[in-house]
Amino acid sequence: MGGFFTAIVEAASAFLGIIDPLCGPIGIFKLFAGNTLLACGDAGWGDEIALGFLVTGTLAVATLPIGLVMGFFIALAKQSEEKSLRLSANIYTTLFRGLPELLTLFIVYYGLQILVQNFMTAIGYDGRVEINAFAAGMVALGVVFSAYCSEVLLSAFKAIPRGQYEAGYALGLHRGRTMRLIVLPQLIRVALPGLGNLWMALLKDTALVSVIGLPDILRQTGVAARVTKQAFEFYAIACLLFLILAFLSSLVFSAIEGWAKRSEVAR
Amino acid sequence: MSHVTALLPPQAPPPAPAKPFTTGRFFGNLFIGVWLALTIGIFLMMVEGWDPEKFTKYGPSYLSGLGVTLLLVGLSVVLGGILSLPLAFARMSKNKAFSWFAYGYVYFFRGTPLLTQLFLVYYGLGSFSAELKAWGLWWFFRDAWNCALLTFTLNTAAYQAEILRGAIESVARGQHEGAAALGLPKRIAFFKVILPQALIVALRPYGNEIILMIKGSAIVAIVTVFDLMGETRRAFSRTFDYQAYLWAALLYLIIVELLRNLWAWLEARLTRHLKR
Repeated sequence: MGGFFTAIVEAASAFLGIIDPLCGPIGIFKLFAGNTLLACGDAGWGDEIALGFLVTGTLAVATLPIGLVMGFFIALAKQSEEKSLRLSANIYTTLFRGLPELLTLFIVYYGLQILVQNFMTAIGYDGRVEINAFAAGMVALGVVFSAYCSEVLLSAFKAIPRGQYEAGYALGLHRGRTMRLIVLPQLIRVALPGLGNLWMALLKDTALVSVIGLPDILRQTGVAARVTKQAFEFYAIACLLFLILAFLSSLVFSAIEGWAKRSEVAR
Repeated sequence: MSHVTALLPPQAPPPAPAKPFTTGRFFGNLFIGVWLALTIGIFLMMVEGWDPEKFTKYGPSYLSGLGVTLLLVGLSVVLGGILSLPLAFARMSKNKAFSWFAYGYVYFFRGTPLLTQLFLVYYGLGSFSAELKAWGLWWFFRDAWNCALLTFTLNTAAYQAEILRGAIESVARGQHEGAAALGLPKRIAFFKVILPQALIVALRPYGNEIILMIKGSAIVAIVTVFDLMGETRRAFSRTFDYQAYLWAALLYLIIVELLRNLWAWLEARLTRHLKR
């Protein structure tokens, strides 16, 4: 079983090595920065920065589904007829939209550590517990994202007329199917611009996890800057990489938007 | 013919149907329970770990940190607001060079994290200390506070330029034409007709931007500025007391909520002529 997983991990890393846009066989650093500080391998910092690029991308992509699903259910809770559900959802959004992301990250990182440590001591394990920085970053960013996401989805819900639900019920669909087949497709179309903004904010917030030691773009370039004493060049590269990520995601989002609006093209 | 001689005595209304215990209600009660448990847990933790010595030692530094945060955000929002005016006009101008420059500026500052920009200014420009000394600018860039102020000003200027542009472009064409039909010169039409309407549209985004800046300003703690977050980190590193973060969270929440309510009141007040 262990060998199987190692094989999968090796295959995945080999595949990533081939399509790696920075240090792969047709990577930018490999082609254009062969003998500079950005060279790949032991000679330069190219492969370290490529790893940071991968970590940043992975963290943002891994946080997105969690935040979207949580945000969707919080938006549902906010327009529920049940008072306690509305109240608890509103407390959640007030809390996590009001706290600085950095503070949320610290509270989650150290708080989880204390919680898990106490739990482990209670069940009789007395070693030191280290919380994975990636997991803490995912939880903190996911929580913040879901708080904002619920607001975007809530206003999108309000844009869908009551008659759409009624039409669904009149067709004999029950609530879940009405939501999935009738409301959700329209909801995505309305909420997409807002979600795009949130995605950009999420991408930028991932830079904060470098503070708790996750080797993302900013941390890797920071290490390189300290070692080589060429801070400006390396931080400029970090900015450039984030700009590239922003540009790529704007391309993806306009593609999704085109797909979501394909029924309106004829009009 | 018979007729009714006795009225029926008044009767109690039928009992209200029992509220069904739905899944929503179950989850609502569950989450309220979780929030209550968390509140009580945190309260007990604060009571248990209450130490008047720590409070008198770190309390004043928290307040001074709060002052630094508010000063930094206030100054950078005002300076950024001034800088955003020419940027917004450059962005709307017909001159390709101006509008491309403004577009690039806005794209850069909105597309990269604030933390990266701060590092670029503080550490990045700091590595050119010889050149900066030669130009007599070193005293400015040596201080982390100045670098943070510069970065925040440049950053918020980009966001505010977009807010201003969006608001000015949202004013209907008929307003321009109406002003022109009245024979108002372009400049007066802009200040007396267009801008007041645009600023009402821009009010809410401006409030959001200030709140975002207050939250974003926490990162200056990483470059050794002792704002609220910096003082919190210092207190935590000396005491290893988790409460340090909870107090900071409370202070941040209070500021943000105060500002949000102030803005809601301001908006209601300024748009009262639009109510129907």
